[in-house]
Amino acid sequence: MEAGIVSYGAYVPRYRIAPEEIGKVWGVDGKSMGKGLMISSKSIPGPDEDTITIAVEAARSMMKRVDVDPQDIEAIYVGSESHPYAVKPSGTIVAEAIEASPDLTVADFEFACKAGTAAIQACMGLVGSGHIKYGVAIGADTSQGAPGDPLEYSASAGGAAFLIGSKKVIARIDGMYSYTTDTPDFWRREGQMYPSHGGRFTGEPAYFKHILSCAKGMFAKAGTSPKDYAHAVFHQPNGKFPTRVAKQLGFSDAQIKAGLLVPLIGNTYSGAVPLGLAAILDEAKPGDRVFAVAYGSGAGSDAFDITVTDEIKSFARDRAPTVKQVIENPKFLDYAHYAKFRGKINLGGG
Amino acid sequence: MTMRKVAVIGVGDTKFGELWDASFRDIGIRAGLSAVEDANITAEKIDAVFVGNMSAGRFIEQEHIGALIADYAGLARDHIPATRVEAAGASGGLALRQGYMAIASGLHDIVVVGGAEKMMDVSDVASAFIQSSAADQEWETELGATFPSLHALIARRHMHEHGTTREQLADVAVKNHRHGSMNPKAQFQKEITRDTVIGSLMVSSPLRMFDCAPSSDGAAAVVLCPLDQAKKYTDSAVEIAGTGQASDTLALHHRRDILAFDATRVAAERAFKMAGVAHKDIDVAEVHDNFTISEILAIEDLGFFKKGEGGKATEEGRTSLEGDVAVNTSGGLKARGDPIGATGLAQAVEIVTQLRGKAGKRQVKDASVGLTHNVGGTGATAVVHVFRRF
Amino acid sequence: MATAPRFWRQNQSRYNMVGIRCDSCGRNFFPPRAICPVCHRKSVGKMVPVKYKGEGKIFSFTEVHDGLDERASLKPYTVAIVELDEGPKVTGQVIDCEPCDIEIGTRVRSVLRKLSEEGSAGVIHYGYKFVPVKGK
Repeated sequence: MEAGIVSYGAYVPRYRIAPEEIGKVWGVDGKSMGKGLMISSKSIPGPDEDTITIAVEAARSMMKRVDVDPQDIEAIYVGSESHPYAVKPSGTIVAEAIEASPDLTVADFEFACKAGTAAIQACMGLVGSGHIKYGVAIGADTSQGAPGDPLEYSASAGGAAFLIGSKKVIARIDGMYSYTTDTPDFWRREGQMYPSHGGRFTGEPAYFKHILSCAKGMFAKAGTSPKDYAHAVFHQPNGKFPTRVAKQLGFSDAQIKAGLLVPLIGNTYSGAVPLGLAAILDEAKPGDRVFAVAYGSGAGSDAFDITVTDEIKSFARDRAPTVKQVIENPKFLDYAHYAKFRGKINLGGG
Repeated sequence: MTMRKVAVIGVGDTKFGELWDASFRDIGIRAGLSAVEDANITAEKIDAVFVGNMSAGRFIEQEHIGALIADYAGLARDHIPATRVEAAGASGGLALRQGYMAIASGLHDIVVVGGAEKMMDVSDVASAFIQSSAADQEWETELGATFPSLHALIARRHMHEHGTTREQLADVAVKNHRHGSMNPKAQFQKEITRDTVIGSLMVSSPLRMFDCAPSSDGAAAVVLCPLDQAKKYTDSAVEIAGTGQASDTLALHHRRDILAFDATRVAAERAFKMAGVAHKDIDVAEVHDNFTISEILAIEDLGFFKKGEGGKATEEGRTSLEGDVAVNTSGGLKARGDPIGATGLAQAVEIVTQLRGKAGKRQVKDASVGLTHNVGGTGATAVVHVFRRF
Repeated sequence: MATAPRFWRQNQSRYNMVGIRCDSCGRNFFPPRAICPVCHRKSVGKMVPVKYKGEGKIFSFTEVHDGLDERASLKPYTVAIVELDEGPKVTGQVIDCEPCDIEIGTRVRSVLRKLSEEGSAGVIHYGYKFVPVKGK
C-alpha cells in the first residue's frame, strides 16, 4: 500500500535571541560563537507556550490544509525531549484540540532529537499495514541549554506535524532506514533541568557516524545516490554539521538550502528535521525526491526516501502559513527577558 | 399585601482601614454594639441578626458567619436566628434588604443587620484572587481577567463610545477624597489632585491605583424596627422608604450593554416606585465606587444623568457636596474604604447620619431623602435603598 | 488539591470554543448552558452544541499590570472582550502583539496556550488566547 504524507503543518514561536546577547552575559564573544555555529538567532517559546501548545498549533495548521474528518485519525504520536509532563502524554491534549478523540491511540515518544521521525515511522507502520486510516506524527520541542553552556546558543523551540495516510498522499515515503547504537553523546537524567553532553564527543562518533551510516544504508536499500534527490534535509544542531555531512555524502549546498532553518531559528531538536521537511514541502514540485535523515543523541538516525506526488498540485497549502511565513516578523529579546521566559530565574517559593 | 413600614433606629461602624489589632470577631461586634447602643435597645430585644460578608471562608478560613456573630455578640443563649448573606460586593446591601423584609413581613420586630470583612490577614495576591471570585471564575478570571481589568474594559469602551476622559475619571477620586477628608472614620483623609490619580501606578489600563478603592478591614451595622414603633427607641429614626434588588449575567461579556449596569437601573426603579420618589427628590446618595468608572456608571444608571454624561457631570461638580445630588459624601468606597461585606451597611450608616443632620463638615443642607447603591461583581447584583427623614 | 475535574470538564469549550445554540430561537451562546435565557422552558432539549471558528473582533481591551500568580511573569499582558463572528462575546488574553498595535475593532483569531498551572507539580490548564489577524 502506498503510504506517506497527506498534510503537514509548522509552528515556531515568534521570540528570538541573538548569540551576541547571550555571549555578553557569559563573557564570551557571542558574535564569533554564532558565526562558528552558523546561527544568527534562535527561537524562544513565550511563557505561555510549551511543547504541547506548539504541537497543537502545528497540528491545527496541518488539519486546515486538508478536508479530513479528525475522527478518522486513529493514532497521534508526539516526539519531544521537553514534554511538559514526565507522565501524561502530550498527545492526548493534541487529540482533544484537533477533535480526534476518543477513538484513537496516543503515546509520547522520546529519542532526543529524533523522536518526531520515530513517530513518523510508527504511523507508517500502522497505515501501511492497513490497521489505521490516518496517523499524526509530531516532532516538537522547547529545548533548554544550561546557562553559559555552548548549547545555550542553539537550543530552541518549534515543531511540525505530519498527517500520514494512504489517500491523496502528497509525498510518498518509499523507503525508511535506521541506524541505532548505544552512544552516550548527550543525555538528561530524570529530574534534571538541563542536559549534559560530551563536548566534541557529540561530533564524529555520534552525529556523523550515525547519519553517515544511516544515509549509506538508505542509499543501498533504495538504490539511489545524492544526484537522484532535489532536496535533502539533515538534523541541524547548528549550521556547520548538516552542511559538512551533506558535503561528505555528496550533496550540494543548493540541495540542502530549502530545509536548512537552523541559522535563523536554532536547533528545534525533535522539531528540526520535521520543520526542515515542512519547509521543503512548501516549495517542492511533483516528482521531486527528498532525502531526510534525522539524528537523535543516545544515539540513532532515521532516514526517509520521499517522492513528492502530483497530488501536491491540489494541496491547499495556503490555508495555513508556510514555514517562511511562520518565521517572519520575529521579536528579539535581551538575555534577561529570555531567562525570565525560559524559567531560568529562580523565583523562590514552592 | 400589606407590609409594615420599616425604620432605622440605630447605626454604628468601625473606622475603616488596616486594622491590624482587630480580628474579624472584634470588628463585627464593635460595630454591632455601637448600633445597638445608638438604638437604645438591650440584647434580649433582638429578634434576628443578618450579616453581610463576601468571603470570610477564604480571607480567614471561617464560614458559618451568622452563628459566629450571634455567638460573640453574646446572643448564643438567646438562640436568635442568625443568617449570613452573600452577593460579592453587594453582600451588605442584600443583608439590609433581608433585614427589611423580616420586619416588613411582620415576622420580626427588632433586627440587627451588620456587615464585616477582614481583608488584611492575607497577602495582596491572595486578596486579589479572592476578590476576583466576584467575577465569572471559569470564563473571566481563569482566562486572565483580574477584577480591576474588567472595570478597565468598561472604562476604555466608555471613553470610546461616550468620550469620557481620563481627567473626568480622576475627578471622581478627587471629589471622594475631598469628602473623605471630612469623615473621621474614613480610611483616607487626605485630599488629592487630578495629578495624583493620573500619575499613580497603572493597574489595568486606563485605570491606575487611585482609580481603585483600597482593600480594608471594617464593619458597620444598623438596627431596624417597624416604623410605627420607632419613637419608642429614638427621636432620630429614618425610614427605609423603598428597597429594590436586581440581578444580571455574571460575566461582563454577556451583558446587554457593558456600559450600563441594568441591574442598577432596575433595582433603582423598583426602589423609587416603592418609595414614591423620583430622581430629583434624592438629596444625597452613597453609590458603589469601587472604581472611578463605577461611580460614573452608577450616576448614569441610577438616572441622575443621561447615559454617557456621567463624566461631564462629575467634572462640572454636579455630584459634589454642593451639587445637584451629593454623591458619596462619606468618601465613597474610594476614600472611606471598602471592607467588602461591610460597605453596603456603611453606606446606610452615612445616609442615616446625613438625614439625621449629624454629618458635621460634610452635611448636605436640608437632606431629607437619601439613597444607597451597592453592587456585586461587575454589576451582576445591584441593590438600592431609598431613605427618608421621619 | 484536586481541582483537575473542574477544569477537565470545560476542555472542549476551552480547547475548541465549543458553545451552544438554542434551536428554538437560533441564538448562539458561549459557554454551553442548559437553558436559553430568551426561550426559557421552550429551549429544554433544544440546545445544540456548536463549535465557533474562534475568529472575531476586539470589543474592548486593557493592559493588565497587576496580574495574579504565574500570570505575573507575563505582565503587562492584554485582556480583551472579543466579539466572535458568530455572535457571542468572550473574555481572553490577546498575545503576540504590542498593545499599541490593537484597537477596538481589530480582528483576532484564537490559539491554544497555557492558561495556568497548579504549581510545578500540578496539572497544566490550556485554553484559548487570541492573536491579531494581519492585514484585513
